[in-house]
Amino acid sequence: MIVADKNKIISMAKNLSEDSATSGRSLWADARTRFMRNKAAITSLVILVLIVLFSFVGPYFAVWTYEQIDWNTMGSAATLGMPSIETGHYFGTDDLGRDLYSRVIQGTQISLMVGIVGATIAVVVGTLYGATSGYIGGRTDQIMMRIVDILMAIPFMFVLILLLVVFGRSIVMLFVGIGLLSWLDMSRIVRGQTLNLKNKEFIEAAQATGVSDYKIIMRHIVPNLLGIVAVYATLLVPGIIIAESFISFLGLGVQEPKTSWGALISEGAGTINYDTEWQLLVPLSFFIVTLFCIYFIGDGLRDALDPKER
Amino acid sequence: MSFLEVNNLNVEFNTADGIVRAVNNVSFSLEQGKILAIVGESGSGKSQTVFAMMGLLDQNGRATGSVKFEDQEILNLSISELNLIRSEKIAMIFQDPMTSLNPYMKVSEQMAEVLIHHKGLSKTDAIEQSISMLDAVQIPEARNLIRMYPHEFSGGMRQRVMIAMSLLCNPKLLIADEPTTALDVTVQAQIMHLLSDIQKEFGTSIILITHDLGVVAGNSDETLVMYGGQVMEIAKTELIYARPTHPYTQGLISAVPRLDDNAEKLKTIQGNPPDAMLDPVGCPFSPRCKFSKDICSNQTPDLLEAGENNHFRACHVAFEELL
Amino acid sequence: MNHETIMQVENLKVHFDVSSEGDMPWTKRKKLQAVNGVSFELKSGETLGIVGESGCGKSTLARAIISMVPAETGRVLWFGKDLLALQKTEMRKHRKEIQMIFQDPLASLNPRMTIGEIIAEPLKTHYPKTSKGDTKARVEDVMNKVGLLENLINRYPHEFSGGQCQRIGIARALILKPKLIICDEPVSALDVSIQAQVINLLMDLQKEMDLTLIFIAHDLSIVKHISTKIMVLYMGNMVELAKSEDIYDHPRHPYTQALISAVPIPDPKIEKNKDLILIEGDLPSPINPPSGCVFRTRCKKAQDICSQEKPELKEAASSHEVACHFHD
Repeated sequence: MIVADKNKIISMAKNLSEDSATSGRSLWADARTRFMRNKAAITSLVILVLIVLFSFVGPYFAVWTYEQIDWNTMGSAATLGMPSIETGHYFGTDDLGRDLYSRVIQGTQISLMVGIVGATIAVVVGTLYGATSGYIGGRTDQIMMRIVDILMAIPFMFVLILLLVVFGRSIVMLFVGIGLLSWLDMSRIVRGQTLNLKNKEFIEAAQATGVSDYKIIMRHIVPNLLGIVAVYATLLVPGIIIAESFISFLGLGVQEPKTSWGALISEGAGTINYDTEWQLLVPLSFFIVTLFCIYFIGDGLRDALDPKER
Repeated sequence: MSFLEVNNLNVEFNTADGIVRAVNNVSFSLEQGKILAIVGESGSGKSQTVFAMMGLLDQNGRATGSVKFEDQEILNLSISELNLIRSEKIAMIFQDPMTSLNPYMKVSEQMAEVLIHHKGLSKTDAIEQSISMLDAVQIPEARNLIRMYPHEFSGGMRQRVMIAMSLLCNPKLLIADEPTTALDVTVQAQIMHLLSDIQKEFGTSIILITHDLGVVAGNSDETLVMYGGQVMEIAKTELIYARPTHPYTQGLISAVPRLDDNAEKLKTIQGNPPDAMLDPVGCPFSPRCKFSKDICSNQTPDLLEAGENNHFRACHVAFEELL
Repeated sequence: MNHETIMQVENLKVHFDVSSEGDMPWTKRKKLQAVNGVSFELKSGETLGIVGESGCGKSTLARAIISMVPAETGRVLWFGKDLLALQKTEMRKHRKEIQMIFQDPLASLNPRMTIGEIIAEPLKTHYPKTSKGDTKARVEDVMNKVGLLENLINRYPHEFSGGQCQRIGIARALILKPKLIICDEPVSALDVSIQAQVINLLMDLQKEMDLTLIFIAHDLSIVKHISTKIMVLYMGNMVELAKSEDIYDHPRHPYTQALISAVPIPDPKIEKNKDLILIEGDLPSPINPPSGCVFRTRCKKAQDICSQEKPELKEAASSHEVACHFHD
């Protein structure tokens, strides 16, 4: 005989008969479930979150700041500047005696910020531009896309370097330069998707109802683009980080004493012959691991959002 | 020697949501020279039944049971053994003629390929035979048109090309999976007329899969009605329409609007067609059946004889109670 | 139900410019005449069935009537006002009165919106000041009318079957209490047993809400069942216009006759003894239509005059118009 809690049964019965509106299972929820099943993507997400946390929490464990010079190790980085717990230089020092641990944290903060902010600008500008161009179509679309073509033909690095030399090196300049040119690809992709969506019957239905063009773009087209935008945004972030790293590698990036992964890698590569491998390996590892994680997450997102899986 | 005998055919798919039973214990037989129509709505399993027979299931599909063609077991044969049967003994035409033909190859090449591969003919001979087959399916100026690409043909003509291709090796059995669903009604009439001519001329047996009860009425000797992956009723076509003995068949036939009928309201079958069956228990039609009893949702009805002449039905409710 | 004329379409023509392969941006585009002079009158409470096969222009016609596709010439008089001459903002006001339901039930619903939001959208668009409570009440009311449970209001389209999706589409079309609903092949993508449900629903709603319907389909059996009068289109041209029973009992145009003969009737005795009128050949290219009567290349009755003179739509019997030199 099964003994059951009378009250529990009564409350269960109440739940069954209540005509409360059941909430639906949105497509995002489906995609989230599929994403969670992708072990590589979840692992990458966890690692990425750890890296981001590290850049926030790490400074509390730091003994040195990123610009403090440890006069003891200056000049003898190879012998005294090795990574050790006692000296407080967990990752070692660079040639000037500055603590690599704090510098790497600093570099992580800068590189991630450039990547994310740059990607956000690219996504917002590119999506609105591409969706509008694709939806309006006709001559407007042609003109808008030709402008994109022309801008794309301009050699990106060349312009960026020119801007940085002319207007001086600063983080703002970096954002402006990278942001100005990375939305172009996104707008092309979004326009293509918009053309695809434009012919769908639910867009026709909205037009037949009399919904304004602006509302159609914002309510019907953009939400259905977000899937593809999310995937390409995750591909943009590494691209921007690499671009920034290259600029910094050339010596044109962030101003000293602030640093970024690219600058650190550049310095580390310069001293590679002098037995100070950690100066290269530590920032390089952060760089590579982060990029791999973002790529895996992008892959996972694409698989999760693939319409064929539905 | 029996021509075609299918016994206890089951098809399962291994999906992320669990195992889905698309075809559940399907049995039927076909005599040589006859036309069998398999009728069902979406989710009835009619297409998966024939895909299983021809070894065309998706990667995650598994078929069990027995399919005997001319006394030879053909279910789950290896690809090389199946290829001896495909095209030469059993041929298949599909619903969408556009995607069934390779858009990058000329029609002449695609047709010749069949003959070169199966009969070992030379390219010239293969093309000659293909042209005469296109003539047989009433494609005008076959000699010129055969050198064109599929997209240059209309939908109806593409379906004729498909039919011609399937007949090149003179198969004994032709399986047509919804051959006219994508076509206009006047073109549909042409194609069905053609199939019936072919059947008379070559003696080919045909399994015709469709959801269109009108097409079935004019073009088949026997009809098999499927629902939710199971067989509901099998009978001679005239009998199925004159005196359907299964609640689903009855409901289906009265729900179809007829051109010669002036009724005010259409009789409907309440409810919705079944979702993929995760664990079929009882009769799949019972949720919508107005005659359903307790036993119907607990126990799957067996397919039992209901009269002479290959008449079977799967229902717990006796026929007299349905009247 | 009064029988005033609510819509009058006069000589509506729609064409598309098509470019062939190898065309330069400046090459003159070829003209595809999708709708070639369609005229009809629609009275309140009627159901006009528009029937024809692929390429006949019925879907284009539907969209041209509500200015979703630009018309070349012609007038669409809605209670006397020419809709085609209106500016976009003026026309928007009339969209409240004319709604549309589409062929693919799932594709006509935005997959990212709940069905409550989808059904409420017309209300939000035309009456943006409606309170949340009122909106919800109106949505639930119309969901009841189409046979959808109220507690499904927060579900998403992909969680529903085809038939239910079509009901959602109908609910969306009804929420503004329109006078006319244009149904573009609303049941073609549905299973047979569900088609009957949706058709019965439309007919019930028509009586209940005093609706006028334009019902477009290629399935003559369904169109005949729901329509009071039927228009047969062939390559953008009207070939016959008559009451539903007349079209079936006494089709006068050779194309209509062939069309009716081709429709399979679910009755083996009738089918096997039918005198099938088979149309030979294929649809001619719409860019290069035959001169005179467009059907003459496939018509058994065609004679010289058919290639020289395009037959006008004339009354052959009471309320029965045909466009043929040799009609029955």
